[in-house]
Amino acid sequence: MANSFTRLISGRNAAVVLASLGAGTMATGFLLSENVSLAAEARTKLYPPSSDFPDLRKHSNCMAAALTPAIYAKLRDKLTPNNWTLDQSIQTGVDNPGHPFIKTVGCVAGDEESYEVFAELLDPIIKDRHNGYDPKTMKHPTDLDASKITNGVFDENYVLSSRVRTGRSIRGLSLPPACSRAERREVERVVVTALAGLKGDLAGRYYSLGDMTDKEQQQLIDDHFLFDKPVSPLLTCAFMARDWPDARGIWHNNEKTFLIWVNEEDHTRVISMEKGGNMKRVFERFCSGLKKVEHLIQERGWEFMWNERLGYILTCPSNLGTGLRAGVHVRLPKLSKDPRFSKMLDNLRLQKRGTGGVDTAATGDTFDISNNDRLGKSEVELVQMLVDGVNHLIECEKKLERGQDIKVPAPITQFRK
Amino acid sequence: MAKNCHNDYKMKFTGEEEFPDLSLHNNHMAKVLTKEIYGKLRGKSTPSGFTVDDVIQTGVDNPGHPFIMTVGCVAGDEECYEVFKDLLDPIISDRHGGYKPTDKHKTDLNFENLKGGDDLDPNYVLSSRVRTGRSIKGFTLPPHNSRGERRGIEKLSIEALASLDGEFKGKYYPLNGMTDAEQDLLINDHFLFDKPVSPLLTCAGMARDWPDGRGIWHNDNKTFLVWVNEEDHLRVISMQLGGNMKEVFRRFCVGLKKIEEIFKKHNHGFSWNEHLGYILTCPSNLGTGLRGGVHVKLPKLSTHAKFEEILTRLRLQKRGTGGVDTASVGGVFDISNADRLGSSEVDQVQLVVDGVKLMVEMEKKLEKNESIDGMIPAQK
Repeated sequence: MANSFTRLISGRNAAVVLASLGAGTMATGFLLSENVSLAAEARTKLYPPSSDFPDLRKHSNCMAAALTPAIYAKLRDKLTPNNWTLDQSIQTGVDNPGHPFIKTVGCVAGDEESYEVFAELLDPIIKDRHNGYDPKTMKHPTDLDASKITNGVFDENYVLSSRVRTGRSIRGLSLPPACSRAERREVERVVVTALAGLKGDLAGRYYSLGDMTDKEQQQLIDDHFLFDKPVSPLLTCAFMARDWPDARGIWHNNEKTFLIWVNEEDHTRVISMEKGGNMKRVFERFCSGLKKVEHLIQERGWEFMWNERLGYILTCPSNLGTGLRAGVHVRLPKLSKDPRFSKMLDNLRLQKRGTGGVDTAATGDTFDISNNDRLGKSEVELVQMLVDGVNHLIECEKKLERGQDIKVPAPITQFRK
Repeated sequence: MAKNCHNDYKMKFTGEEEFPDLSLHNNHMAKVLTKEIYGKLRGKSTPSGFTVDDVIQTGVDNPGHPFIMTVGCVAGDEECYEVFKDLLDPIISDRHGGYKPTDKHKTDLNFENLKGGDDLDPNYVLSSRVRTGRSIKGFTLPPHNSRGERRGIEKLSIEALASLDGEFKGKYYPLNGMTDAEQDLLINDHFLFDKPVSPLLTCAGMARDWPDGRGIWHNDNKTFLVWVNEEDHLRVISMQLGGNMKEVFRRFCVGLKKIEEIFKKHNHGFSWNEHLGYILTCPSNLGTGLRGGVHVKLPKLSTHAKFEEILTRLRLQKRGTGGVDTASVGGVFDISNADRLGSSEVDQVQLVVDGVKLMVEMEKKLEKNESIDGMIPAQK
């Protein structure tokens, strides 16, 4: 008999499957079934992709804009070699309809292969997020030669601190949304072993989140180094906080200018920072440190996830390419109140955040200003854009102080046509 | 259910490499799980693809709870209780007073078997409530189900509830789509459930796709309420102000039976077996899944040195008036039955009725500065 449940399904196939399972009682069929794959196959027929398509009517993230019922139908039943699925990739975007301050991506990769297996969804998202960058036709440039940076020392009356961060993933191990405890511990082992080989101004120490003493913890908090268990639902809904704090930790050099987070939102986040405005030196240390770490893991037969289509592979599609966010904490009391401020930032390809990082609002006159772009331009290009942009903003602030007028700069070109 | 268990890939690593660090943990799962049990179970999955790592994730992520010893694991489907019995049977035994794998559970939803319960003093007993949960056969449970399954459960529930009449005539409010006015009213009536924020639930995957497929149904009298797709497929609640627990329980039993008949007619009866009773997401709710309780003013008794002991002997537990995970406010406590499995619905509500009656008398004695030593009950 056609109960309300069978009406959910359409097509003769469903009727055949139901009949073979017996009298519309799905449960009996599964309980009696010795054959796991028959059960899985039957379920797939009983729940066609259309029955599982998420309700995205109130959503405004990149995933919601790109996902169509046709794409979902094609990709829903695919698996990466590590058994990661599309539903797992998009869960965070389904659970988080939109963000007030920034258009979120709404999906994550569970492993390197996600970017291939789910390319039909991820390529349009990448294109949308990265100014028209087309992974099918374009190549991403990598350039970590810090000597090319010019004018990289800012006026410290305005710039309070300078920082460059990126992420790196260890090829062969699943990413934070998907990794098992053993994989995560392996990432920690590989990275910590490599870091123990750093010397000179980069020599340092690892602090495991689970094992640090109260005193160590307080020191790391005072230094603004300690990262906490993620509370942002953007991360928790993407399964990145599982098993916390197992295999998470922080490594930093003795001088506290080079810092690596292990197993937070990516396998590693690499951070170079200093108080003051010497972005050039910060970037020099960044490049030199990264190269040394890469060399150390290669000695043991590991490498970073990278390809010429997408650059460095990271968990969030927004961090592909360079994964680089170069930024300053800068005081702009007059400029920030000018109605043209936002447009200036847009044209300079910069973004503002609160000084608490992403997901925070700016308070007062001090802003975190950093590059918008990640993919399609090299590290050197992006840092130079940040340097030029911040110098320009400071010039504008000084002009306003002197009562002079300012102009909105012309927009920097991107590849979007 | 469309979620993949990622399991074959994990088998590349040894059980030792995968075993969770439970050194700081204090929940039932952490007490029971050994490397041997983990090693035995990690290669298995239920027919729908739920694995032991899925079962224990919430317990790994939540080491312990200040107010109550949490279970630390969930079922993704009915079959979990079979496939992972080496882990779940000892947890069930710990949680449910030594319940053995060979024990049988008694179900009794005949409200006429309840003695008394219509005379709890409303000066102390502010409200009375009985809730339970039900899982619908043929669907996986909230930690695991796909959007398609969840919507299937909702559709079936709406149809079943729409056919109720008389004192049970009511209306369904899907969470996604209620008007602001409807929402405000449901909040004021204390009916609206919110997206779970407790990490006990979110780490178990129960808040996925919120609010898709979730909703609230209640009768026009606002005394009988059904939550759809929150922590279980269905949560069924009977409640009213004051102390007439007898009437609350009558309505509970009658309403439940009516709903069950309708689901059975659609060949999707409630999940039940004679060993574990009603099958629910959290092992703590197996058996009757019943929590019968009152909000009761016990400012003096609650500060008495023997309060905890009295509760234990009466087989009752206390919670704050915000529900599980909250502290008490102003001397008003939520007092309910502690047991779920191994005794029937009638047995459990009887304990609440008798126990609360006694505690109110104790409170009155303490108000008059009289001793309650002679009233301390024996262990029930």
